Parts: sequence; C-alpha cells; structure tokens
Amino acid sequence: MAMRFETSPAPHVIAGFSVPRVMFQVLLALLPVVLVQVAVFGPGLLLQMLVAGPVALACEALALRARGRDAAPFLRDGSVLVTAALLAVAVPPLLPWWLMALGTAIAVLLGKHVFGGLGSNPFNPAMVGYAALLVSFPLEMTRWPVPFAPGGDWDAYTGATALDALRTGLGQRLTMQEIFVGPAFGSIGGQGAQWINLAALAGGLYLLGRGLVRWHIPVAVLAGITLPAFAMHAIDPGAYASATFQLFSGATMLGAFFIATDPVSAATSDRGCLVYGAGIGAITWAIRTWGGYPDGIAFGVLLMNVAAPLIDRYTIPRIHGHERR
Amino acid sequence: MTARSTFPPGLELEARKAAPMRQPLRVAPAPPWVVLALDQGSGDAALPLLTPGARVRIGTPVGRAAGEAAVDVHSPVAGVVRSVESRPLPGPTGAGPCIVIENDGSEELETGFAPIDWATLAPQDLLARIRSAGIAGLGGAAFPAHAKLAAARERSATHLVLNGAECEPWICCDDALMRERAADVLLGAQVLLHACGAAKCTIAVEDDKPEAIAAIAVALAAAADPRIEVATLRAIYPAGAERQLLAAVTGLEVPYDALPPAIGLMCQNVGTAAAAARLVRTGQPITTRIVTVTGSGVRQPANLEARLGTPIGDLVAACGGYESEPLRLIAGGSMTGRALATDAVPLTQAVNCVVVATAADLAARGREMPCIRCGDCATVCPPGLLPQSLLRAIAAGDDDQVARHGLADCIECGCCDYVCPSRIPLTARFRAARETRRARLDERQRAAEARDRFARHEERLAATAEADRQAFEAARSRARGEREG
Repeated sequence: MAMRFETSPAPHVIAGFSVPRVMFQVLLALLPVVLVQVAVFGPGLLLQMLVAGPVALACEALALRARGRDAAPFLRDGSVLVTAALLAVAVPPLLPWWLMALGTAIAVLLGKHVFGGLGSNPFNPAMVGYAALLVSFPLEMTRWPVPFAPGGDWDAYTGATALDALRTGLGQRLTMQEIFVGPAFGSIGGQGAQWINLAALAGGLYLLGRGLVRWHIPVAVLAGITLPAFAMHAIDPGAYASATFQLFSGATMLGAFFIATDPVSAATSDRGCLVYGAGIGAITWAIRTWGGYPDGIAFGVLLMNVAAPLIDRYTIPRIHGHERR
Repeated sequence: MTARSTFPPGLELEARKAAPMRQPLRVAPAPPWVVLALDQGSGDAALPLLTPGARVRIGTPVGRAAGEAAVDVHSPVAGVVRSVESRPLPGPTGAGPCIVIENDGSEELETGFAPIDWATLAPQDLLARIRSAGIAGLGGAAFPAHAKLAAARERSATHLVLNGAECEPWICCDDALMRERAADVLLGAQVLLHACGAAKCTIAVEDDKPEAIAAIAVALAAAADPRIEVATLRAIYPAGAERQLLAAVTGLEVPYDALPPAIGLMCQNVGTAAAAARLVRTGQPITTRIVTVTGSGVRQPANLEARLGTPIGDLVAACGGYESEPLRLIAGGSMTGRALATDAVPLTQAVNCVVVATAADLAARGREMPCIRCGDCATVCPPGLLPQSLLRAIAAGDDDQVARHGLADCIECGCCDYVCPSRIPLTARFRAARETRRARLDERQRAAEARDRFARHEERLAATAEADRQAFEAARSRARGEREG
C-alpha cells in the first residue's frame, strides 16, 4: 500500500528573523538611547513612552478593525511599538502628554494606515508624526531641558539645544568661540546630545552586527552630513560648525541608524540606499545650516521618502548575465 | 588543484549529509515491478516501442526518443511488459506515460553489448552512442546529455566543467560517486571531452567534501591527463546552479538569453560523466542511477545504486523503511525538491535524492505577513535580483517592471524564501507568475494565429469576389458588345 504525504512548494526549510523578532531587536538596540536620555534629561522620556506605546497600539487596533483586518498578528509584530518608541525618543521629554498622543496618532493613522498599513507606507510613520508636531507646535517641540540640570530640579530649566544656540549665535553675528562656550555645548557635540548620539551609535552598531540593518544607509547618511560640513568648515570655520559637531549633535546617529533605515519607506537596492542616505545627510546638513529649523533629520527623511521610488527606478542592480544598464 | 571562491550571494546551509555518507554506496535490490517513465522530467516523452505481453531483458529498448528533450528508454530488468499507461511521476508534470514491467528475477542481459573503443571513434559517432544509451543529465534537470554535448561541439566550446558541487542540503549521491568511483568520473571526463571537442575540463567540487576531492585527485594522478583539473568551491548554496557554477569556475557569465556553449562553455554533472564512462566500459545503456535516500523519517539513510523505475517506496524499504512520523516525501533536496503525494512514484534519471522528512526536518512557515522591504532577499539572490521589487511588480500586474526586475532570470533556488522574515513564499509566487506569463504568451500566439487565419480567409473571399466581379463585368461587356454589334 502506497504511503501518502502532504505536498507543499519548495523550499521546504526557512530560517531568518521573523518580523516580530526584527522589530523587538530594534527596540532592544534603542535601549541605550533611552537610558542615556533619561540620565541626561531626566525621566520625562519614560512618561512619553508610557503615552506613546498604548496610544500606538490602540490606533493600530482601531485602524485594522476599520480596514476589516485581523488585528492580532499585526499588534504582535511590534512594528507599531517601534514607531512609537522612535517618536518618543525624538520629541523633547517635557512635551505635553496630549501632544505626544496626538503625534503618535498621526504617525500610526496618517503615516501608516491610510496607505495600507505595514509594508505599504511611503513615508516613515514616526517622522510624519514628528513633522506634524514640529510645524504645528514649534515652541513645545524645540524646548529641551538643560542637560544634567542641577539638584534634580530638572523641570525648572529648559533651554536651547546646541543646534539651536548655534543658529541663534550665528544670527547674532557671534564668533564660533563665543558661541561654543555656552552651556548647550559639550566636548564633541551638543552637551546632552553627544551622549545620546554615542548611545545611538552603539545601538546602531549592534543592529549592523546582527545584520538587521545593512551598512549602506547609515554610512551614506553620515557621509552626507560629514562631507559638506567638513568642506564648508574648512573654507569658513567662523560660519560653519565642524563635521564632528554635526555628527554628535541633534538626532544625527538616531536618524542614521534607526530612522533612515526603515526599509519600507527607503530605497531598495544597495546603490539606491547609498543615494537615499546621502540625500538625507545632505538635506539635514543644509536645513541645519541654512534652514528655518534647528535640526533637519525628519525633513531629510521625509523628502528622500518622496524620492525613493525615483531612486529605485534608476538603481536596479545588474542581473547575472545581463549587460550593465 | 586550484581554489576558487564562489559567486558571493547565496546561503550557508546546514549540509545534513552525514548520515547517508556513513554507509557505503550499495546496490539496491531489483524491485518486483518497475515503472519506467517515458519522460525523465524534462518535459518530452519517448514513444513506447513495446506492447503489453512483450518479453524484455536488461537493456532492451522500450522507448524511443521523440521530442528534442526526450531520451531513449531501456528496460532495467528482465521480464514482461504488463502495461503502458499514465502513472504519477516525480517531475513537474506530476504524471505521464510509463511502461510497467514485471521483473521475472532472471536478470538476463540483452545481447550484443561490447565495450566501446571511444578514443578512436569519431565524436559524432560517440555522440550517437551516448544518445542511444539514453543518458540524460543526472544532476536533476534530466536534459539529454548528447544534445547538450552536440550544441557545445557546434559552437566549438573549449571548456567542459563537471559539476560536483552538490550544494543542496541532504543530497550526497555525487559525493558518494566521487569517493567510490572517482576513476569513472575521470574516464567520463575524457569521454565527454572527446565527444564535445573541448580542450580542458574542470571538475568543480565544494570544499565540504574533502574525501571526494582527495579521491578525484588520486584518480587524476593515475589518469595523468593534463587537460583535467579539480577546482574547489566554497560551500555556499547554490554554488552548483549551472550559471553560478560557470561564473565561479571561469569568471564568465553566460548571457541571459543564451546557453553556455555561446561563450565556449559546457556544464555536465559528474554523475553524467560516470554514466558515459560506464557506457564505454560495457556498451550498456543507462538503466540505473545513484540516489540518496535520507531524512529523519527513514531508518538507515544511504546512497543506493538503484534501477530506474524502482518505486520510491521500495527505495525507502531498502533503507530499513519508514521511521517516526514521516510528513513529507521530497524528490530532490530541501531547497528545490518536489514534495510527492505518494511513494508509489518511480525513480527517474532526474531524481538524485529522496528526503523522508519529519516535522523536525521541516520548518513551519507560520503566517505570511506583508513585505516590509527589508531587502534580505536581495542580499542572497544568486542572479542579483531584487525579489521584493519583483514581488511588488507581479502583485501590481506591471509587466514592464516584472520584466525589468528579471522574472525570467529567477533560478528558483529558494534563497529568498529562506531568509524572508515575513514568510512570503516568493519562489512559488515567481514560479506561478512565470506559468501565467507563459500561458498568456501561448494564448496570444494562438490568438495571433487565429487572426492570421481569419485574415487569409477574408483575402481568399475577397479574391473570389473580385474574380466573380471581373467575370461578371467581362460577361456584361461581352453581352453589351453583342447587342450593339
């Protein structure tokens, strides 16, 4: 008697990370940033995360129900928590809770689900939420606590960030030396931001090491900031901050490793990722240097999100056996 | 011996070849019945030569190649033809015409076989002998060996590459062959060189088979043929895929729209070479092949030299039978093998391995999630496609983008599936898209032919009408002339 067996198309084995594992690894890599930000700016971030997480999950469930989808696997995939966490670490820790909730809702509903949910969003959802808050509430969104506020009385002090102080100082025709003695500046970047950038760099290297992020986008973003900063600083050090300062201020490392690397809204091929990342870096530097906002990561990412399909069109890799196109 | 690294993309996979390699290669018992596939799996069937009731001996021709991709078929047992009918087969068609022969156990050999003095034979005649021996490519594709060799001869190919990479998990029949019959592989290389006219032969083996490489090296020293060399490849799946292998060994890429002879290359499996060696040594047609029977669901995994047409269930029985809970029966390896619905299907020249897989050997796919475009698939794709973009283009029905993203260049190796975190069955999607495309092209061609027929029919009608009109005009003017005159 012949034995009967189940049939299934090849391949018969699979491995690799599942989507939830990818997302939880990203959250794990974000942990140093969270710890350092709490150490530098106080526990405000934890409150923001307590608001952002549940709001994000609620919005995801609501949107999935409205779209008639089974919510459970998507709530478990962790992607919405990554969006919430990235937005929470990007906003000032003293942001009113209802702004955090609003920004999260915008990120999940308008940044993700109106386009078809996981895998279909053309823009980085966290940056959609961030940009919406920044243009609507510029004051609240740029008021950061003074790092290492004395006596634990951290909520009494807010001040300009290094990038902000630099912009203001240059506007007042101060020299770099005069600007850089201010309290907002640290030894390599912004006084608080340099530590957060180092933490983000550590988390980013972890992602690279685990193969969860390929090197192309982070390296291109950092190069896109470094090259113009280095060149212009060399030409006119009185008017342009150094490359080191640019790399360790604002959200540079967070942007390069955690935000620009969102694969859904990024370019596709390796070459495309290099163009995409370089564009984000260059736009960020340009906005920081000449634009109306102190930092430019969010706008750099969103603008290059728009450009990603075009980049993809012109960066399809050569296929084995074909001539270079 | 030259060491070369493979083309970089691909996967480092757990080999899972240890268990059958602990057993010596052995001959499987002849089954009481053989079911001889007239189509080895390449898509063209041979025409049956005998009707039920006919007596056959080992080596008696029972099928004659008809199509371009068919090979002659010979009986692997002595006995009586019982039926000629469609039976389930391990190939992509799922079923096809077969000749069922009852083995009488006499093991009587057909007469008239004699060793071939191949070195003095004209290459054309040697090709004809390979053809009439019914040898198909034993690496899995089962394309007639003589046809490939003749194409290489026509295009004056200079470099023959013998594929002993055997990159896919579980499969180790070529490893067993190279270890135990290295001299046959060497002799086969010389025979194939003579047949296809190439000046040089490289035997390519993955570096995870040191015993096979050593055995080949010993045989090579004995043969003392300066035209033949061994190349070791890094064990990366799919190093043994034809185009990837040729690129790794020669540094040349076969153009997408051409076959290897177009750039002076020819690739044959080491098993095919050994079959050619056996042919010249004995003059007998191919009636057996080496097959790996393995997996956690079989008691004693081993490599068997088995008669073609042996039911797979008999092969499993020859290895101690089923054990624990066999879930899936795979013809081939775990990456590209075909899951069989039943073990009643027979061994063909295309089947290099049978995996009796239990749950432990398989991976539960889990729920398919949307593509997050992480790009893991693109980093492992051997031809260098962007599977995520190809998938999107197929879903969007954008034919132009589907073509640009190289649907036709997909080698269906399964690497993208293996790494996809969203558990998307990419390979199955691509295969389905190709089939739809092919069906649509056929449809279009049929429509074009119908249109053409209709147009010609209209032309004929118009021509007839014109002739009628002219005849009428002529008659009328004649009548008018008569009236006036």
